[in-house]
Amino acid sequence: MVINNLLRHIAEPIDRTMLSVVTALVLLGFVTLYSASYENPGRVAAQVGNLAFAFTVMLTVAQISPQLLMRLAPPVYLLGLLLLVGVALFGDVRNGARRWLSLGITSIQPSEIMKIAMPLMLAWYFQKREAVLKIYDYGIAAIILLIPTLLIARQPDLGTALLVSAAGFYVIFLAGLSWKVLIGLGISGLASLPLLWGMLHDYQRKRILTLIDPSEDPLGSGYHIIQATIAVGSGGFAGKGWLQGTQAHLEFIPERSTDFIFAVFSEEFGLIGNIVLLTLYLALIARGLMMAANAPTFFARLLSGSIILTFFTYAFVNMGMVSGILPVVGVPLPLVSYGGTALVTLFFGLGILMSVHKHRKLVQT
Amino acid sequence: MNFAASPVLTLRLPVWRSRLLLLGFFAGFAVLSVRAVFLQGWNNNFLQAKGESRYSRVIEITANRGRIVDRHGEALAISTPVKSIWAIPGDFELDQAQLVKLAALLEMQPQDIQKRIADSSHDFVFIKRQIPPEVADRIAELRIPGLFQSREFRRYYPGGDVMAHVLGFTGAEDVGQEGVELAFQQRLAGKPGSRRVIKDRKGQIIEDMESIKAAQEGHDLVLALDSRIQNLAFGALKSAVEAHRAKAGGIVVLDVVTGEMLALANYPTYNPNNRSQLSGSSLRNRAVTDTFEPGSTLKPFTVATAIETGKVRPDTLIQTAPGSFTIGKATIHDAHAEGLITVAQVIQKSSNVGAAKIALGMPAQSMWETFRSVGFGVPPKLGFPGEVSGRVRPAKTWRPIEQATMSYGHGISVSLVQLARAYTIFARDGDLVPISLVRVDTPPSAQSVISAETARALRAMLESAVHPGGTAPRAQIMGYRVAGKTGTAHKQENGGYAANKYVSSFVGFAPVSNPRLVIAVMIDEASDGQYYGGAVAAPVFAKVMEGALRTLGAPPDAPMKPIVLPAAGEELKDSV
Repeated sequence: MVINNLLRHIAEPIDRTMLSVVTALVLLGFVTLYSASYENPGRVAAQVGNLAFAFTVMLTVAQISPQLLMRLAPPVYLLGLLLLVGVALFGDVRNGARRWLSLGITSIQPSEIMKIAMPLMLAWYFQKREAVLKIYDYGIAAIILLIPTLLIARQPDLGTALLVSAAGFYVIFLAGLSWKVLIGLGISGLASLPLLWGMLHDYQRKRILTLIDPSEDPLGSGYHIIQATIAVGSGGFAGKGWLQGTQAHLEFIPERSTDFIFAVFSEEFGLIGNIVLLTLYLALIARGLMMAANAPTFFARLLSGSIILTFFTYAFVNMGMVSGILPVVGVPLPLVSYGGTALVTLFFGLGILMSVHKHRKLVQT
Repeated sequence: MNFAASPVLTLRLPVWRSRLLLLGFFAGFAVLSVRAVFLQGWNNNFLQAKGESRYSRVIEITANRGRIVDRHGEALAISTPVKSIWAIPGDFELDQAQLVKLAALLEMQPQDIQKRIADSSHDFVFIKRQIPPEVADRIAELRIPGLFQSREFRRYYPGGDVMAHVLGFTGAEDVGQEGVELAFQQRLAGKPGSRRVIKDRKGQIIEDMESIKAAQEGHDLVLALDSRIQNLAFGALKSAVEAHRAKAGGIVVLDVVTGEMLALANYPTYNPNNRSQLSGSSLRNRAVTDTFEPGSTLKPFTVATAIETGKVRPDTLIQTAPGSFTIGKATIHDAHAEGLITVAQVIQKSSNVGAAKIALGMPAQSMWETFRSVGFGVPPKLGFPGEVSGRVRPAKTWRPIEQATMSYGHGISVSLVQLARAYTIFARDGDLVPISLVRVDTPPSAQSVISAETARALRAMLESAVHPGGTAPRAQIMGYRVAGKTGTAHKQENGGYAANKYVSSFVGFAPVSNPRLVIAVMIDEASDGQYYGGAVAAPVFAKVMEGALRTLGAPPDAPMKPIVLPAAGEELKDSV
């Protein structure tokens, strides 16, 4: 009886629609991961473990009320910022990038924390300033956004910087950023492109150039894009069938169980598979937007809206990169790619959405 | 906290803002869908072909080169599978310990390996070729990135230097470079086949798809060569060249009945299995590619022509006194004055004066025709690379003195193989067979050059030449009747004749009652004081002929009595 009550209590915030879509995506992910990591079968089991942990995180977060989340926002943000500074000063260099911070027993990647902390903080800020937002508020918001983003970009980790800044930008946008400012930002952004270009690392510039003409350097920077595009294209309408993808199984596709898993999926399941996958993401995001729209508070709406839009950004950037329309940045395919950290962050976000959804009736009652 | 009461709660997103949001959202998905349709529905034939080209490869299957065997099937040249070790310098990566191990396995210096790799402008560098497969397997176990192996064949010649000039050798690409290997390249090489395979990114074959064309193995080649006789011939030649401190030597053994080449050897020679010290002089297949003035070994052809044209009979008397004979301004000499002798004795005693007088009694054209019809001045058509035809000038241009010297083998040049072949007309009742490097199963048709009667008469004369009264008693062997002729000629040098350089030769056949073998021996520049064909070349002939006849099981046609040699100092010398 007690256990039943407890279970009901835990299950209460869980949104069935969203859960079924997530389950479908996760299952597709496992099917693809099994094929993509045939030479490294331990990955499937490891991913099951990651998923169990992430799911627990989601259930836990779903129990936390938006009010509590709001109270946690500034400390979490500050902690994240502190850790980022710590990374910049004492971080470990792995694969040429300073992204990890050693904490004795374990290493963490503080930029992951920022993916949640950034929308939390901005939503908190706008909630505090209530509806009367001035240009000055956008200035503050821009500072909140830019400091961690620049720290992350400097590591360098362009993919995460992009996701973190996107999450922040969505909050500002949803908070009611004037379209004049928006257009102004767009124009000044375009105008500063040459400047930005100068600030990019050589390898980052190369990735962008590669996108324009991958055959320029087919064995170097163009390799990923060419191989992935070929994999996607050679899947054809119905795909080559599960475990039959030659590009994947002959190890032509790099990072095929993580960032490039979409290439494996596309090769084996073809256009039909892609449509199913896109539909699932569409459903997930549509449901998330609905939940955000029904959020009871400004804070909750900004937060959940930003989270679900970031989710969209994840999917769009990853699939765009694999199919050769966006430059290569390290962004995984949400819920499908192998990797524990990303999975936990994503489920954390889903947990927030569910919590927001559970507390939607606060106003009416 | 005024959370619930906040006026913000009632705030809704402005319409344009949510529309923009939705627009961006759907636009994103639309772009992805369009891209997917483009890649997978539209452009996919191209991309599928691209994908296939990435893993599907057509590889060449090397055909095994055919073996070369002797007439009894003994292997003379075989191909053994070996590996080549090569690297892609850009991918080549190894630590010091691996380098040391690799160098030890390859029997190379570590610096040499690094030197080969250092040139990164090449995508492909051979580290070492023709490595035994077991060593290659151990190298593979080192798992050095960028280091690869490919299968090749290495040609191995069990006979070593003994057969070198007959067999020749193949280069690193398994293509014949010399000898039979070159002459029969087409037949031995076979045709490479091809297969379609699936390779992964590292170039390893994952799956064998289909055979496009099966490799056609090279055909085995059965030579006429008899390795027992070849060994015998080579051994005897080598010891004679060494004993007489000669510059070089050659020997040819022909089967009288079939025209098959049972043995061919030259000295100096080389080891085809290790050609690092190869020099041009040891590489030359002298018996085929070099010509020399044969000297007295040509006298039988002069005499045969004279008998054929009815000018003389074997018992016709010729005045050779006083041992010299002046034609125009030139005088020719005999080594020893014989006086009035028969035509047969001209051969037996090897009289230059006699031969010259016989020659001058007939038209030059008749001699020329005989020379041409026994194969002088035309290539022997064995198939060997670099076969020479020798030099026989047209009869019209012969001056009398030239006709006289040509009668005893000067002013004409032949190869040892040509000389051996020409002697088959005496061994075979007057007809000439084509000679062959490969085994002949049905005797070829022969062409008559002189009558059987004349041939028999010459046989008798040539047999007398090896008797104690002749110039080559050392050519005798126990149990068999032998016939043959010595030759000793000054070497030509700078347009004249060198005073103390000689080519010593002997050509003969046995058993006389039913000739089986013709053997021709040539020793170039014997320098131990002996240079007469009867002293230098005839013993080699005797040794090889005796051993070969016993090997072949030829029935003896002479009593088994010890050979009678003339007393010391009474030996008849060749006229030079």
